[in-house]
Amino acid sequence: MNTQRQYLKAVYLIQEGTDEPASTGAIADTVDVSPASANEMIGKLQDRGLADHEKYKGVSLTDEGIVRAREALETYCIIERFLVEVLEVEEESFRGEAEQLESVIDDTVADRLDTIIDRAQQCPDCFDAETDMCSLLRSDLPESEAAD
Amino acid sequence: MSLSYPVANDHQLARLLQIGMVLEEVIEARAGKHYETLADEERDDVETLLEHAATESARHRGQLEALIDTLDADPVAYEEIEQLVAARYESDTDTDGVLYDQLANEETAYKFYDDLIEAIEGSNVEFGLPRSELLDTLREIRADEKTGVEDVTQLMETR
Repeated sequence: MNTQRQYLKAVYLIQEGTDEPASTGAIADTVDVSPASANEMIGKLQDRGLADHEKYKGVSLTDEGIVRAREALETYCIIERFLVEVLEVEEESFRGEAEQLESVIDDTVADRLDTIIDRAQQCPDCFDAETDMCSLLRSDLPESEAAD
Repeated sequence: MSLSYPVANDHQLARLLQIGMVLEEVIEARAGKHYETLADEERDDVETLLEHAATESARHRGQLEALIDTLDADPVAYEEIEQLVAARYESDTDTDGVLYDQLANEETAYKFYDDLIEAIEGSNVEFGLPRSELLDTLREIRADEKTGVEDVTQLMETR
């Protein structure tokens, strides 16, 4: 269940973290697919004008790709926050569930869910790629879990 | 982007039904808040529409809750969503703003159920509740949402 949205998000976060184009291997690792599958989707992103792939250098998002990646990241943050704040899903499982729902939740639905959660103005810049969650969300988790 | 993937298991189905329930609760609570914030002279036009939206959402909520119960998952309490809506509600100062928001609510709900039905139809999983009961309920709710979109659109056009 890997969508264009998940790939855009992965390339964006790798690019932001390293300040360099994202390698196919790193993208495949992040999305958890084989390099061949990643390569196929990278080709699609390129065809859609969302990414440029330069051999031996890696993948960079175009301006349009960056806009779409940031939107995808915002939707992901909305889903994570919704799971934690409204449905009170525990820390052990909310990220896995968010990844599943990411493929199946429409942007318009995410916008409505956004009306009842507490998302910061700077979203998605506060997203922490390492922990795969909003860095501000950690402080909202129940104390016993945030202390881990 | 849409719900283009089949629903994988009971847990995911219950989660999606919970999201449907929250969407209904948001519609119901926002309709109530809209009504409260409108001036008396603005209320006449939209009173019936908002009342109908709130009643219908409450009924849908009950139908979804019954499905969620059968899956042994927890429903989402309306009071909780009502409080969240109230806490973050920014009042629309005129009827057009209220109607626009109601239209967005109804359209989002319609799209959600339409995608969910497609994702269930595309799944081979045997769920913990009869598939026909699940789909009949969701199709009935989807039809109501479609009528809801048409009603709001009609009212917007006559203004």
